[in-house]
Amino acid sequence: MVENSRISIRHGRLIDPANGIDGLLDLHIAEGRVLAVGDAPAGFTPDRVLDANDQVVCPGLVDLCARLREPGQEHKGTIASETAAAAAAGITTLCCPPDTWPVIDTPAVAQLISQTAERVGRARVVPAGALTQGLDGQQISEMVALSQAGCAVMSQADRPILNTLVLRRAMEYAATFGLAVFLRPQDPFLRDNGCAHEGQVSARLGLPGIPAAAETVALARDLALAEQTGARVHFRGLSCARSLEMLAEAKQRHIAVTADVGVHQLFLTEEDLEGFDSQCHLDPPLRTAADRAALRDAVRDGLVTAVCSDHQPHEADAKLAPFPGTAPGMAALETLLPLMLRLVAKDLLDLPTAIARLTSGPAAILGLPLGDLATGRVADICVFDPQARWRVGPDAWLSQGRNTPFLGARMKGRARWTLLGGRVVHEYPSRAHHE
Amino acid sequence: MHAPNVQLDDRGHLKHFLTLDGLSRACLVEILDRTEGFLGVARQAVKKVPLCQGKTVANLFFETSTRTRTTFELAAKRLSADVLNLNIATSSTSKGETLLDTLRNLEAMHVDMFVVRHAESGSAHFIAQHASPHVCVINAGDGRHSHPTQGMLDMFTIRRHKGDFTKLRVAIVGDILHSRVARSQLAALRTLGAGEVRIIAPRTLLPAEPESLGARVFHDLREGVRDADVIIMLRLQRERMRGAMLPSEHEYYRLFGLTEERLATAKPDAIVMHPGPINRGVEMDSQVADGPRSVILEQVSNGIAVRMAVMSLCMGTQNRRGRG
Repeated sequence: MVENSRISIRHGRLIDPANGIDGLLDLHIAEGRVLAVGDAPAGFTPDRVLDANDQVVCPGLVDLCARLREPGQEHKGTIASETAAAAAAGITTLCCPPDTWPVIDTPAVAQLISQTAERVGRARVVPAGALTQGLDGQQISEMVALSQAGCAVMSQADRPILNTLVLRRAMEYAATFGLAVFLRPQDPFLRDNGCAHEGQVSARLGLPGIPAAAETVALARDLALAEQTGARVHFRGLSCARSLEMLAEAKQRHIAVTADVGVHQLFLTEEDLEGFDSQCHLDPPLRTAADRAALRDAVRDGLVTAVCSDHQPHEADAKLAPFPGTAPGMAALETLLPLMLRLVAKDLLDLPTAIARLTSGPAAILGLPLGDLATGRVADICVFDPQARWRVGPDAWLSQGRNTPFLGARMKGRARWTLLGGRVVHEYPSRAHHE
Repeated sequence: MHAPNVQLDDRGHLKHFLTLDGLSRACLVEILDRTEGFLGVARQAVKKVPLCQGKTVANLFFETSTRTRTTFELAAKRLSADVLNLNIATSSTSKGETLLDTLRNLEAMHVDMFVVRHAESGSAHFIAQHASPHVCVINAGDGRHSHPTQGMLDMFTIRRHKGDFTKLRVAIVGDILHSRVARSQLAALRTLGAGEVRIIAPRTLLPAEPESLGARVFHDLREGVRDADVIIMLRLQRERMRGAMLPSEHEYYRLFGLTEERLATAKPDAIVMHPGPINRGVEMDSQVADGPRSVILEQVSNGIAVRMAVMSLCMGTQNRRGRG
């Protein structure tokens, strides 16, 4: 069986941030798990040897927010198409928000998603259960049943909970059973019909703005309730410098909160909306260069412990309209790793830290035994060529969503092999792709 | 990642007219000078010049408008073009595909120029980016973004009365936040080097960082119009009373309505402008609107000449391109 094959990954630079490893070390895999790091155990004969010379070997990437669009919006993406894209990008675990159709508020929908993903077999898909039934923000969901059906965390996706009492109860109930709560802070009234950061660019382009306060007002409320309830709250997709200060203060007070950012927020800013490029219509919106700098610092310093793709594939028509009328979001699985490597190339953080934000950091937030390469761990592994150059375009893109502002951009770094439970699920055919 | 200026061809000539932001001073002055030449056409016995003969112009109005559509229609007809008027009410479903489909259908009828008004900012850019290369797109107002022919007719009116922009103090009063007219005026005044530009409004009707638009901000009308050479009043949409932006029309008029008495601090020869249609007793009282300093009706006449100038310029660029 392929599943049980014994594999040695040799001559690579092994980076396993959770275990403090960064060195030229071999990795040996048997029965889908990490058998040994360094020398092979006596008598170990691999069925296959992967020569990782000049490559980096690290845990498979864990993405805290990727919309796969199935069930309900298969014209945008499917579990098969998006997990294939994930495997090609070195991502082995995807947490999918509950705003599918139907919403992930019953065990049946959660199981449908994980079983489909298992059948396809390209990546682990961890469904996030809906925090409230139908994500309507009114009645809390059957969190325990959802958790037993495989939902590692409870999430409100991008939908608001207007009633603060409901939010308090949802946090208390989740905390009762030790479940983490994912929230994306955004006050819907302050957001109004906004589609761009409220600032100089929106003022000039006449685009309805989303003020920074739409995020900070909601964040302040959610932090107060996290403190009150003791729930483990994870803030998805922070975009403002001020939010990070609030998060730092909450952490100083030992409130159990974590946060992630979408990788594109570390590169693009409101200036990219010039010319009304609908591919830059994102939610949360692209903010100022000062916000970007603060987000980069927070990722480097570990205030933000996870960087995610915030993958939102769309059909072409969803972006073919005047800017405010287009659907927000970008397809981003395949640019996650190379963009993080670009931060390393810019000397904004070191490679082990970059990898930690994509592996052990998000795995800890999910509370799953993933994202590191300790002996006995499930062998989810990414082997990537940090020097491989490629250009974003239809020839090098597997996601069904082609909606990316990076179309045509040059990238450096690409997964050579991706292993899921010790099985090779992606293999870049050769190194001929070096330009 | 800045997008290239889609309204210019590779030699820097206007092929579309989408926004005044980013156009050179020379380009704006060329439009103003060309407008002078077209002013006389209206006074001729035969009010036509053959510059766009044989061309088809489609007025594509996704938002209702009488004045702007009519002046574009007259401008096109005086340039001897054939004109097609389409009033397409924007329904919640008529986005995206519908807009593109509408475009494709009209292109199939060999329309040469689209004059577009649409409720969403950026719609004129969108249409220009997706139209066939031979088609010119003229923005007749997109959301809150831009209304460049209105901006130019206002500049033209100011220049006829006041001449040199660099010595002028211009005050723009009212709902800057939602006004595509104000954005176009501010862009033009920046480029033309106006001496001082002021915007006067309560905070609820100003965009974020309003100074970045190149203007000084005032919240008091009397202070704001003090020693002004030009006062531009903006139209106040009734729906602004609903989104908690203003308490009432009454209070707005009391604070920001232009009256003869409040005009007293402006220069004695100040002109008063308004893009129309006026809410009398809200933005200004009738005495001012119909008074000696008002140039509001002149703006309307100038609008036709400005639109002729812009349409003939863009069509000329496309013709050269067709031959080249």
